[in-house]
This record gives sequence, structure tokens and C-alpha cells, in this order.
Amino acid sequence: MSQEVKIISKRFDDPKAATLDGYLASGGFQALEKALTMAPEAIIDEVKKSNLRGRGGAGFPTGMKWSFVPKQSERPKYVLCNADESEPGTCKDRLILQYDPFSLIEGMIIAGKAIDSHQGYVFIRGEYRYLFDIMERAINEAYRAGYLGKNIRGSGLDFDLYAHSGAGAYECGEESALMESLEGKRGIPRLKPPFPAISGLYGGPTVINNMETLATVPHIIVGGGEWYANLGVPKNGGTRLFCLSGHVARPGVYELPLGVPFPRLLEVGGGVANGKKLKAVVPGGSSTPMFTAEEAMGLNMDYDSIAKAGSFLGSGGVVILDENTCMVKFALRIMQFYRHESCGWCVPCREGTNWLHLALGRFHAGGGREGDVDLLREVSENILGRTFCPLGDAAAMPTLSILKRFRQEFLDHLAGKPCSCGVSGRPALATH
Amino acid sequence: MSVFSQATQERFQTLLSHYPVKRSALVPMLLFAQDELGYLPPEAIREVGELVGASELAVREVIGYYSMLRLEPAGKYHVQVCTNISCMLRGGDDIYRHCKERLGIGHKEVAADGVFSLEEVECIGACSWAPALQVNYDFHQELTPEKVDEILRDYRKKAAAR
Ligand SMILES: Cc1cc2nc3c(=O)[nH]c(=O)nc-3n(C[C@H](O)[C@H](O)[C@H](O)COP(=O)(O)O)c2cc1C
Ligand code: FES
Repeated sequence: MSQEVKIISKRFDDPKAATLDGYLASGGFQALEKALTMAPEAIIDEVKKSNLRGRGGAGFPTGMKWSFVPKQSERPKYVLCNADESEPGTCKDRLILQYDPFSLIEGMIIAGKAIDSHQGYVFIRGEYRYLFDIMERAINEAYRAGYLGKNIRGSGLDFDLYAHSGAGAYECGEESALMESLEGKRGIPRLKPPFPAISGLYGGPTVINNMETLATVPHIIVGGGEWYANLGVPKNGGTRLFCLSGHVARPGVYELPLGVPFPRLLEVGGGVANGKKLKAVVPGGSSTPMFTAEEAMGLNMDYDSIAKAGSFLGSGGVVILDENTCMVKFALRIMQFYRHESCGWCVPCREGTNWLHLALGRFHAGGGREGDVDLLREVSENILGRTFCPLGDAAAMPTLSILKRFRQEFLDHLAGKPCSCGVSGRPALATH
Repeated sequence: MSVFSQATQERFQTLLSHYPVKRSALVPMLLFAQDELGYLPPEAIREVGELVGASELAVREVIGYYSMLRLEPAGKYHVQVCTNISCMLRGGDDIYRHCKERLGIGHKEVAADGVFSLEEVECIGACSWAPALQVNYDFHQELTPEKVDEILRDYRKKAAAR
């Protein structure tokens, strides 16, 4: 019934796969053997052919990203894995770290060969300490067996890899802030251009990819780019991990082909919990514009279809909201997050998220004023596109989508009607 | 004289060898330092600063940015309850309120006996197993108030056994 297509998750049920022996027994490092015989350009071509797109947020074509790295460079080049996984609604990289850490190691060595880099780091959010330990053990094991370090398996290829722990900051998931953090500083984003492919970690050309993106690479090398591309839909190759959460009967992380119709995805999760009606859907993590139930039921879950409908497939965090959810409260909780996480570097984001949080809080508590709905919209619109990094957009976009689609609910709050969550009179949010 | 154990000092040296620039080891070093000491006292800040070649002020600036790093001791068991969207939709607010009542403390407070401290936190990557909390680095998921009571009782027993 499940219709899952298990590629990236194929080892999630194998408790031995997190050890080198277990990994080898399940086909591990076959991709590396193959990649060692391939020219760098051939590896990049294969990844391009696969139509693999970034699983971290922006959905940029991975092969193209790799091809931007200059062949010659005076400074060392780097491969970085983004395992900061902090976008609310997202809990998939965690499973790869836990059950299949060697697939990431293998993917990163192959990326290193493709761009002629000899060093990489896995940036893991500080809260994931037990996963950091698993990753470190896997890396040490790979070194001992000659899969990392100098002259890997006698091939002449050198690649060093280390796990690096963050210490709590959503903004460090943004690629340039991540590099600042990795250089021992506050995670303040950098001005772009130059993009990381030209000047990244320590000023060297750098490829940075999400954990799922990199862990997919070995499967592409073994099965071939064309095979992988055909699993999905045009320009949206393969499968991805969808994190279903919220009011769904069976929340969980499910691997499905890109382009899967949303109703199918919802069905895999057992439908809306408790037989309730669907009200709204977050398609790709808290920063992505939301859809109403009617819109969502007509969607296909691939980057281009979702973009055409005005949102993003983002990080794969699909949040289901049932008919009793108060959208004002939901908007408020999202803003509480972005206000807390704004790094404070640029004014529209720092001040904007603060004002929006205040206004939404007042609104939800029943103290909304005539004109507040338009005020919320104006402030959001003034953040959009005017911030140093996309965190400001991440705060403004979902807010605007909720204001637009659920305006009536805001007006009802103004008119003193009880909100649809039906528990008025209770404090709005935990909020400390 | 170091404020850190031999094992932690060795871990620092290994870390420093991972980067072309010493300063890169700063954030993980601070976290490991805190794991050993419970917080970051001035002596620890100075020592870590010397190891990476950064001034005390520079290190303090970095500490101020990262939400997991702290200058004051937390409880032996630091209870971190997620109330972000996926948890909120499945009762995360109630779990947080329940913890407040049971522990008799609020956000970023430490109980008088030092056993527990509490914090309302943002998404901890357990959204599909919501509502969730972490005690130190351990995850507890798919919570109900009854399950929370059990968890707290177990930690209290552990604290008493020491
Ligand atoms: C505020 C912010 C937070 C982000 N957090 C993450 C994250 O936790 N994990 C991640 O992989 N990408 C995150 N990204 C996206 C990264 O900047 C980057 O695009 C991504 O790591 C590239 O990898 P990909 O092409 O494989 O998706 C974030 C972006 C922004 C603006
Ligand atoms: S929202 Fe609570 S763990 Fe993600």
C-alpha cells in the first residue's frame, strides 16, 4: 500500500548499515569504485543527467552547481555537507545520519573527485550530538579501512573528511553563514556574489550541498543518471524524503518519486488524522508559502509544479493542518521562530520580524485593530527581497500566503468571533 | 593548569588538527567545554581562546550568538521542549505547560535543587514524531503528559542515585 520507492532510505531498516561491514554488504562503496575510474567531467555529466536538485531548500540543479567550480584554483577547494537541518517541519537528514552515514562519506568523496577537492566537512547541528558521534565513528572507520585519507584504496586520490558541530542557530543553515560559523565566527551571512563555487570556505572554491543531496550521489553513479532521472518527472529527477507532520494519521518520513500527486502523499500518511477535514498545507518547511486544501489537492510534489503554484518544495517538510487549526496562531508561531532566529545583521529582517511578531501576537490575543491586516501585509512586503540573506523572505513569504488565503479568519478575530481552534480564552501560545 | 580533563584536552588537540585555521575549532570546542563543565566559566573561555588564538572578547562575542552556549550553569538535566509548528499542532504547548507545572520553573530557569532546568526551544528535527523534547542530548518523542511524567521521574531517580 505504501508506494514508497526506497533508494535514499533503502538502508533505513538495516541496523548493520551504519557499520562499514554492513555498508559494504549492502552494496556500499561500489559507486566509489566506479567513480575512481571516471573523469571528473564524466561524474559531473552523470549528475547533470540525473536531474538531481538540491534537497536543502532552493532546489538548484546539483550537477550544474558542481560545474561552476573552476578547474584551476590557487586556494584549496572544499566540499561541505549541510546537516544543520533546522527548518521547522524537516527531520530527514537525521535518518540518513543515523542509518546510512557511509552513503554521505561516499557521496562526498565522489563530489571531491568531481571538483578536484581533497577536503570536506560535515556541518551537523549541535542538538544532534548522538548523530555527530555516529558520523565521527563512521569517518574513523572509513579512515582505518583506507576509504578516506591519502591514496584512497590505492587509487592515488586523497580526501580528508571531518565532522563539525554547530551550537544552535537556524541561520547557520544558510550556506555563507555556515561557512562563517565553520571559520569560528558568529554565523552572519556573507554578501553574494561571489558565490561559494568561486569563493567559499577560507576563500576557496566550495561546493555546499544538503546531506540528502550528497547521499543520493552514490545511487546515481551506480544506477546511472538516466535511470535516476526517469524515477521522477522532467527536470525533477528521482525520489526525495518527504517529512509528513502535523495533523496526519501516520506522521513519518516517506520516500516518494518527485511529481507524486499531493493526495497520494497524504494517503501514504494515512490521510488527515481523526477523520477531520484538510484545511491547509505547508509544502516544504515553515518558510514556504502555504496552500489551502483545495489548492493542495491539485498539486504535484515536484519543484517546478510547486513553484508554478507560487511556493517551494523547499526542504521536504510537509505540514498538514486540519479544519480546526487557527491560522492566526499558526502565523504567529512561525513569526515567533523567525524573530528569534534573525541574526540581527540587517534592519528589515531584525526589525520587521519583531514588528510582525508583536502585531500578530496582539491580533491573536484579541487586541487587533482595524487596518492591522493591511499593516501586516505591508510590513511583510517591505521585508520581501530587501534583506541580506533569504531569512527575511522566509519570514515574510508564509505570512503573506496566510494573510491572502485566510484573510477572513483575521477579520473574524477582529470582529471578536471565536477562532476555529475552538479553545478561545486560553493563552495564545506557550511563549515562555 | 587546565580547567579541563585529560580526555577533553586531547579532544581539543584532535579538533585543532582538523582545520587549516585554528579558529575554526572554536564553536565545537566551546560546546565540548560546556559538556564537561555544565557552562562556560571565565577560566574556560580564556583557555579555549588561547588554544585557538582568539581574545576573550572575541570568544564572548561568539558565545553570545549560539543558543546552546551558556555562561551560567543549567540543571543537571536540561529539559528542552519544542513548541514549533509541527509540535504545536500535536499538543507541544500543553507538553511545555505540563513541564512548567511539574518542575515549578519557567523558561531558562533552574530548579532550586539543581536537578532540572527548562527551556522552550525551536524545532529540534523531530517533527514527524511530535511533540518532542530533549533532555540534554537525548530525544524523547511522541509525548503525552503521562509519558513526560515517566521521563521526569526516571531522571529524578538517576540524579538521586548519583
Ligand atoms: C535561513 C536559511 C536556513 C537554511 N537552512 C538549511 C539547512 O538547515 N539545511 C540545508 O541543507 N540547507 C539550508 N539552507 C539552504 C542552504 O543555504 C543551501 O542552499 C543548501 O545547503 C544547498 O544545498 P542543496 O543545493 O543540496 O540544497 C538554508 C537557507 C537559508 C536562507
Ligand atoms: S517542530 Fe518540533 S521538532 Fe520540529
